[in-house]
Amino acid sequence: MRRVFALLISLGLILFFVNSLSILPEYGNVELSKVSNAYINKSVNGNNEKVKFGESKDLEDGAANVVTSIVVDYRSFDTLGEVTVLFTSALGVGLILHGFKRKTYGRLPNFILRVSVGILLPLILLFGVYVFVHGHLTPGGGFPGGTIIAAGILLLYLSNEEFDLSKTSKFVESYAGSLYIVVGLVGLAIGGVFLINFLPTGVVGDLFSAGIVPIVYILIGFKVGAELSGVIADLYREG
Amino acid sequence: MTIATIFVGILMIISAIYAIEAKKMLDSFISLSLLSLLSVFLFVIMKAPDVAITEASVGAGLTTAVLILALRRIGGDEE
Repeated sequence: MRRVFALLISLGLILFFVNSLSILPEYGNVELSKVSNAYINKSVNGNNEKVKFGESKDLEDGAANVVTSIVVDYRSFDTLGEVTVLFTSALGVGLILHGFKRKTYGRLPNFILRVSVGILLPLILLFGVYVFVHGHLTPGGGFPGGTIIAAGILLLYLSNEEFDLSKTSKFVESYAGSLYIVVGLVGLAIGGVFLINFLPTGVVGDLFSAGIVPIVYILIGFKVGAELSGVIADLYREG
Repeated sequence: MTIATIFVGILMIISAIYAIEAKKMLDSFISLSLLSLLSVFLFVIMKAPDVAITEASVGAGLTTAVLILALRRIGGDEE
């Protein structure tokens, strides 16, 4: 009986997906709605001018990357919720896998691994920082940047028997998360709206532009990196 | 729809089925990682580089490592 139900549910899902494929517009020829055009031209409040890279000044939102300007400026409250979801899952991992000291295997890790980490680790950390510092100009942002940094920490854990994060990750994570809320509250005090972009936005395409967007993405990068490093540290704990 | 896209799509379906049907847990993790990597290729073709970077770092990179560490933590995949 259960198999029949599973088959029926699968068939329903297949029908749903095939039907929704026929509704989709042809690839590359989509007609943008009014809301999409408002986001792309950065004119939610009404002034309809084309945005030019490196020329347009003092727009609503100075981020050159449209995805970033939606994620960290227009819909920043959603990002706050997303960060909270990640925090909750890291908290769950920490509750299940508790322990006091780092797990060791009693033998030296592979020679090739130990030597190549010395060369690769600075490059990995630098790339992670680049991804979240340039989040408003290039693809990427706080979440992938933090994950790349956590991958570097994982490499450090694999190659060094003594390395342990202890309390550093929790310290960084809690302070970055609190500062995100503080940035939102400063916006509430100055502009009257929680998480409003209260700094001058500058020229589109400059590194120092887009107001609070780079600040928030750097905070998210630190928070996500510390959180995922904490998950890896929890997995290596025992006792 | 080029031939490369269809080829990658078929490979994705095969690796997804293999991830469910594999006898050893480790094989499932590796084919899940392959699925993420192939979807990165599709995201780049569809001009969504933001999603591609996130999928490459989270799906193909860290998730596999965390799954393997968790598998070792619970003591292998013996029944």
